[in-house]
Amino acid sequence: MEILVCVKRVPDTSENDIELNSAGNDIERDDLVYSINESDNYAVEEALQIVAKVGGTVSVVTVGAEEDEEVLRRQMAMGASHGILLTDPQFEGSDGRGIASILKGWVQKGNYDLILTGVQAEDGAAQVGGMLAAMLDYPFASLVTSIEVLANNKLKIAREIEGGNREVSEIDLPCVLSIQTGINEPRYVGMKGIRAVQSIPIPTYGASELGLTPAQVGSAAAKVTRVDYFVPALGKGARMLSGTREQNAQEVVELVAAKGGLK
Amino acid sequence: MPRIFVYIAHKNGVLDDSAAELIAAAKKIDATAAPTAIVIGSGPGLQSICAEVQKLYPEVWQISNEALSYPNAELIRKVLTKIVPRGSVTLVAHDHFGIDLAPGLSIKLDAAFVPDVIAIDSLEANFLKVVRQEFGGQVSAHVNCDIASGAVITMRPGAFKTVENLSAPGTLVDKSAEVGPLTASRRYLEIIISETSDVDITKHAVLVSVGRGIQEKDNIGIAKELAEALGAAVSCSRPVVDAKWLQKSRQVGSSGKTVKPKVYLACGISGAFQHLAGIKGNPFIIAINKNSKAPIFQVADVGIVDDILEFLPELTSKVQELRGVAAK
Repeated sequence: MEILVCVKRVPDTSENDIELNSAGNDIERDDLVYSINESDNYAVEEALQIVAKVGGTVSVVTVGAEEDEEVLRRQMAMGASHGILLTDPQFEGSDGRGIASILKGWVQKGNYDLILTGVQAEDGAAQVGGMLAAMLDYPFASLVTSIEVLANNKLKIAREIEGGNREVSEIDLPCVLSIQTGINEPRYVGMKGIRAVQSIPIPTYGASELGLTPAQVGSAAAKVTRVDYFVPALGKGARMLSGTREQNAQEVVELVAAKGGLK
Repeated sequence: MPRIFVYIAHKNGVLDDSAAELIAAAKKIDATAAPTAIVIGSGPGLQSICAEVQKLYPEVWQISNEALSYPNAELIRKVLTKIVPRGSVTLVAHDHFGIDLAPGLSIKLDAAFVPDVIAIDSLEANFLKVVRQEFGGQVSAHVNCDIASGAVITMRPGAFKTVENLSAPGTLVDKSAEVGPLTASRRYLEIIISETSDVDITKHAVLVSVGRGIQEKDNIGIAKELAEALGAAVSCSRPVVDAKWLQKSRQVGSSGKTVKPKVYLACGISGAFQHLAGIKGNPFIIAINKNSKAPIFQVADVGIVDDILEFLPELTSKVQELRGVAAK
């Protein structure tokens, strides 16, 4: 099975506290630690596990710039055999639809049976996978928590729905699936693994090679644009305890007891 | 202002809360809007769903088709693509179904797409300015959307206050004949109900709930000791389940359990909305987090900026102290 996984490099929220910059119009990007988007990492692991069972190859693709190569290399160190960087100044300012159009351009150059994305980027909106599928007229499922390869070009998949329940469906290939975190246990990638793939060339493709016009991508095509970031005024907000650790613990015990929680 | 349509979610004969929230959202976009509700399904239950929706919406379009007895996002997208006029604004709830339906629908309607909106800021000419959250709710963003050629917008459940019923029920229009035959390349098979484990977190008055801040599996014991001292149960947020440190049945949130404790100790939990959606009944929330900017402090009653790995053992010994005194 030929699998393409669409990945994104994002500020790592487990490593950073996201704050506003001094101008108040963007997040503070100096000193941010970037990494592979968490659910994208699960998607790559899932692709590798499928290929280990049924054969095939895993390719990883991202839309971005030179600095985004690092996440492709990381996923190649995990086991993806190809990395592809879609990059062009014309792509700047693309909205979700623009990104999906760029990815569509790449998908149509290949022969993929299955396209995976993470369910949502940390700075994103859970939109590109569903858009890409609709553009390609492929079936789509979001929030996928298990994949089983069936005969006759079909998959059996489960999606996460309310209450921790799972909705099971059968889906025809080729299709696009957005992968939920927790579907598997992504393998560890060490520095040694990354060094091993350091010299593998990563091809790049721009707008003309993907058959894209400025009417389809970039800021001119974007109907949806972020104006600014802000931190909303706190509602009531919590009463913050500012004593010593011991004093705070004492107060919490008294509060829990007062609320009837110490029976 | 383009015409507004609302997709009405319902399941097993029960109308989803989003039906009332989405008309409230429509009124925020345009106070004079008379939105049209679209109810899709099949069988005898559909009539009573429509009757309920007519209490809220001035116009209801009903589509009844045997292929739609289960809400299959692919088929519903095909139906909406056929009946929604181009250039309209279509509202959908941002839940597991909306995430499945809405992005593709926006492509098929050739409309702009704005997901997971939590507030409407303003509408000037064809530019709708809305508020979204990013980075797990750590920051919000204003987003501008050009709705001149229509838009599909998903609204966060619970973000919009529900409205009162209309004085007279809305009109019902049957659009079933416009749909035609439907086939799907994704076919529904079954629902698997989540297994319950030894502990039922929905039945506990006090929950010690742990998040990413617990850092590793071996530290879960710290929360368990506190829970034992309190006579509480240990619950958790999604990252703890993803890492396989606790079972799925311990997860609080929109994709986990809905809990109604008296006291909720949020330990190392940032407070993403998917987690908060699982906490009902207005419990007393005590949040402990290293990050003073964590969104959980916006909704908690009491907050402490501290490392839970240090604070929880201190708290456990205080509880044991109190218990000891009480025993004497």
